[in-house]
Parts: sequence; C-alpha cells; structure tokens
Amino acid sequence: MTTEAAKFFATALTIAVGAIAPAIGIGMIGSKAVEALGRNPEAESAIRTTMILAIAFAEAVAIYALVVALIIKFV
Amino acid sequence: MEEHSKPHISIKAEKIFHLFGFDITNSFFLSLIVFLIFTIGAFIYYYQSKSKNKGSFYYFINFIVKSLYDLFYSVLKEETDYFFPLLASFFLFILFQNWFGLLPGVGSLLIKVKEHGELIAVPLLRANTADLNTTLALAIISVFLSQVFAIKYLGFKGYVNKFYRLKDPMSFFIGTLEIISEFSKMISFAFRLFGNVFAGEVLLVIIAFLLPVLASFPFLMLEIFVGFIQALVFTMLTTVFISVAIAKHH
Repeated sequence: MTTEAAKFFATALTIAVGAIAPAIGIGMIGSKAVEALGRNPEAESAIRTTMILAIAFAEAVAIYALVVALIIKFV
Repeated sequence: MEEHSKPHISIKAEKIFHLFGFDITNSFFLSLIVFLIFTIGAFIYYYQSKSKNKGSFYYFINFIVKSLYDLFYSVLKEETDYFFPLLASFFLFILFQNWFGLLPGVGSLLIKVKEHGELIAVPLLRANTADLNTTLALAIISVFLSQVFAIKYLGFKGYVNKFYRLKDPMSFFIGTLEIISEFSKMISFAFRLFGNVFAGEVLLVIIAFLLPVLASFPFLMLEIFVGFIQALVFTMLTTVFISVAIAKHH
C-alpha cells in the first residue's frame, strides 16, 4: 500500500469509526427525550433545551473525529 | 487550471497583509469588521437608552438581553448580575463571529498574496471562529476566569481545598485528576467550537462545488442553527463551570 492510499484509508476510517458512538448516543438522547415528552408534555421547552444541549455534546465527539480526518486529508 | 478546479480548503487562517511587522490574517480581518459593527451597535443602544423616544432597535436588543438574562438566571440565581456582562458578551461575540462567517463573499472573495516569492490567491475573509487561535483564546479566558472567580468567592484556602484536603489522603490522587480535567476542559472547548464552525465551512464549500445552484441553501440554514447552538453551548458550559467553581464545598 502506498502512502497516498494509506492516507485515504485513514481519512475514511477515522470519520466512519468516529461517527458510530455519537450516532448511538444521539439516538438514545432523542428516544429518551421523546419518552420524557410523552410522560410530561407540559415540560416541552425545558426538555427541548436540555436535549439540544446534550445532542451538541454527543455531536462534538463526531466533530473531533471530523477534525482529525480533515487534518489527515489537508495537512 | 488543475489548481483552480479543486475547492480551496485551508485548515489554518492565511496571512493577507503585513502591518507594522504583524501578520494580519483573513480571520482577524473579519473579526475586526465584526468588532466595529458590534461596537457601533452597542453605542446606538446606549444613546437610545438615554434618550426619551426609543426606537425599535432598542426594544429588540432589550428583548435579546432579557432572554439571555433569564437563561443565566436559571443556573446562577442571585449571582447572575455579577457574571452577566462576561457571559452575555461571550454569547454575542461567538454568535456574531459564527454568523458573519456565513455571509456571501466570506471565503469566496480572493486576493493575490505573495508567499515564498510566488503569487497565490487566498480568501480575503474567513470566519473568526474557524481559526483555532480564536477558539483556544476564548477557551483559556473561560477556564482561567472560572479559577479566578473560585478564588474570589472561596478564598485561596478554599480554592486549594477543592482539590487537595489534608484530612483525606485519597484527595491527593483525585485532586490531581481534577487539575488535569481543568486543562482538558480548555482543549474540548477550543476543539468543539473550531470543529463545528470549520466543518460547516468545509461542508458548504463541498456542496457548492458539487452542485453550484440552490443545493447549499438547506445547509446554510443548518449552519445558521449550528452557529447559534455552538454559541449557546459555549456560554452555558461556561455558566455551569463558573457556578460549580463558586459553590461551597460540603
């Protein structure tokens, strides 16, 4: 395998593997938020704010992977 | 010709000109513009608040500031007044920097710059928060200030007691981990903001490159939302860290 090919594989694998865990996390956050909403519909705005904050944290992990992938690609 | 067919993506801000021996980068140039607009807006707000007939601009800004105050009040309670200027300026600064990076012309206006003896085209403007230097500076300010506030509220002894306690030998291990976590906060702050804004920029460039007409519109809407959310996340995290730092240890 040439260096060029190894670089392409590293880029693709970094973001592919790095997106798995955040995807599961965001799914769990969303499902729990909907569950909470079903039990307690009047708390909608509080649930929505907390959910979006939690999703932003989970998403940040995917963003780290993306930054690493971009660094491998462009530097 | 080969060079121009690829989209231009650079992970770091590029120099556009020199001023008194300083390199002025494109992200710094945009942040100066935002800073000027921000200052002018603040002065208009100040003069309208003094005058008798207030314009709709005054009430609009008042509404935004009031909503921010209520948001911080839900975390900080009666300490809000003291921290409000810092937190609100964090929020508004990051929000404006994120949104100005999305304006048409940012990243697409090119100027010729001489580098290593040859002329290359670099973007004249770049979102300030898509530059790791800015986000790292903001992160250091945020984490450093939360330590300063902890010392101010708890006294130096109380501050050290948060990490190490003589009665509790286990705290020498846990305290060290706590100190490391303070540094890791800085890094995660910096990379979260930089990563989100820079990834958004790359996404928009790639979409515009693949399908030049209309396709980038929904992504532009997404980036406006992400810019707002990231400003909110940065500010809320700072708020929570400050409220934890100034809380008395039981």
